[in-house]
Amino acid sequence: MIKHIGVIIEQDNGIMKAANLGMITMARQKHTILFALVMDGSAGALKEKLSSFGISTIIEIRLAEDFQDNPDVRAKAVAKAVEKFELSALFGLSTAMGKDLLPRIAAILDGSLVMDCFDVDLENNIAGTSRYSGKTLAKIKVRGPVPVFGIRPNAREPVQEQKSAGIIQFEAVSLDSKLLRVVKRGETGKDSKISLTEAEIIISGGRGMKNGENFNLLFECAQKLNAAVGSSRVAVDSGWVPYAMQVGQTGEKVSPKVYIACGISGSIQHFAGMKTSGMVIAINLDETAAIMSNCDYYAKADALKIIPEITKLLETS
Amino acid sequence: MQIYVCVKHVPDSAAYIRIIDNRHIDENITFLLNPYDEHALTEAVRVRDMHPGSEVIAVCLGKEDAEKTIRSAMAMGADRGILILTETGHDSIETALILKTAIEEDGVPGLIFTGKESIDDQGMQTLFRLGALFDFPVVTNVARLEILAEKALADAEFSGGVVKTYEMSLPCVIGAGKGLNTPKYPTVRDVMRSRKSPVKTLLLPDLKIPPAQARMEVVELIPHLQKRQPVEISGTDSDIAQKIVQILKDEAKVI
Repeated sequence: MIKHIGVIIEQDNGIMKAANLGMITMARQKHTILFALVMDGSAGALKEKLSSFGISTIIEIRLAEDFQDNPDVRAKAVAKAVEKFELSALFGLSTAMGKDLLPRIAAILDGSLVMDCFDVDLENNIAGTSRYSGKTLAKIKVRGPVPVFGIRPNAREPVQEQKSAGIIQFEAVSLDSKLLRVVKRGETGKDSKISLTEAEIIISGGRGMKNGENFNLLFECAQKLNAAVGSSRVAVDSGWVPYAMQVGQTGEKVSPKVYIACGISGSIQHFAGMKTSGMVIAINLDETAAIMSNCDYYAKADALKIIPEITKLLETS
Repeated sequence: MQIYVCVKHVPDSAAYIRIIDNRHIDENITFLLNPYDEHALTEAVRVRDMHPGSEVIAVCLGKEDAEKTIRSAMAMGADRGILILTETGHDSIETALILKTAIEEDGVPGLIFTGKESIDDQGMQTLFRLGALFDFPVVTNVARLEILAEKALADAEFSGGVVKTYEMSLPCVIGAGKGLNTPKYPTVRDVMRSRKSPVKTLLLPDLKIPPAQARMEVVELIPHLQKRQPVEISGTDSDIAQKIVQILKDEAKVI
């Protein structure tokens, strides 16, 4: 039987996040037809791109302007679309936005949800995710109607498949939210503008950064590399950088293509947050640091000197 | 006001996780209060102290050993505890149903706190299911909370430095993030007092939980022991920087 799979497209200020394409690739399985759910009024602009990655139909969910940013209303709208288009499973990104949206949808549907999936097998309804802070991988069997899968960004390399997507308008303007309203949206301006969970490159600093000011060296280099800046717990607990930048067991779990660890010793808790990275490069003055023996490249050097050198090279190239 | 804090008894973050029978972990390790729940408790106590006549009740689902986590919660300021005894694990759907039933059996929630996630199952969803069952609004990863007369204002942190302020009707469910506060370590006196605080034990069958329509079940656990083979990059600082840029370009292909 052919399954209708809904893929919730995540956008940021009108731009489709690159991680959506890997998610669509993962959702494209035997006996599936893919429906992209777009909620930001940009279905037309995305049509070509989504078609080239195997989307058959784009459902443009139209929300009342006041509720564009309201996760409760967005969740209700998606639940309505599930019913209307007889979707049998939903995919969404396991990003900060996804963590605020997908559980709301699952709670309305009263169905299963697995967050942070690196793999989904729709034939057997089994999702692969991590448990015990990345110390184990788990296969989770989901039962019941319309399971929701939160997909870890960068978990799958995007692969094209040409389709010709049609657009269906779906009005959800009558939806309301009496319980919850968004009253303000702002930026702390304290950390990097690029999201840790979605970045292809992360430069992280630890004890070896010595103070908060030195993190500026990482920010400057990150800007040139289009990278996000992360940190170990020590840097957060010392008050050098905000909590939102922490990678690890009680911070963000990240899987960038490249993780550059600067002056980070590599505790078991830190590894829990970054072990699924593609490549790990460690720069540390201490050769005996745990990370130096469990990385792809290591340099016994002072990150405070190496990082500015890299920035300089990127400026001239 | 009755403030309920749902807490979880989880393996110590530093514990070595050993898998038995491909599906379960060897539980012969230290279990303690889920780290995010410490932030939930700290905030609950702060809110209680601003609203005279309020009490903080820690609710936990688990085996007998989970009483330790309730005692820790009481050492951090909870007035009393409820332990729902169960020998098996429960998915988020069942857990939310059980917590809801136990809370309703006990009193009338004015506020419910949880951590934004547990560090063992990392499901990130029980609080949302609990909210849906009660028809209470929910905000997760809360970094600042203000309780006003008839509403709550909660700042939720998103990646990229974005903060959204949500206004919620009361009662509501708050998922505590690390930015919310700095938990204090309990003093010896706190610990002594917590030993005498009351803990009510409920037996799961007595709660008569209806069967759920959906289910999530772990069918396999695999150790994730990634061992990389390190290659040294050496030379002067400038050599090292050049080699790293080369690796980013040619091997990782990210620039």
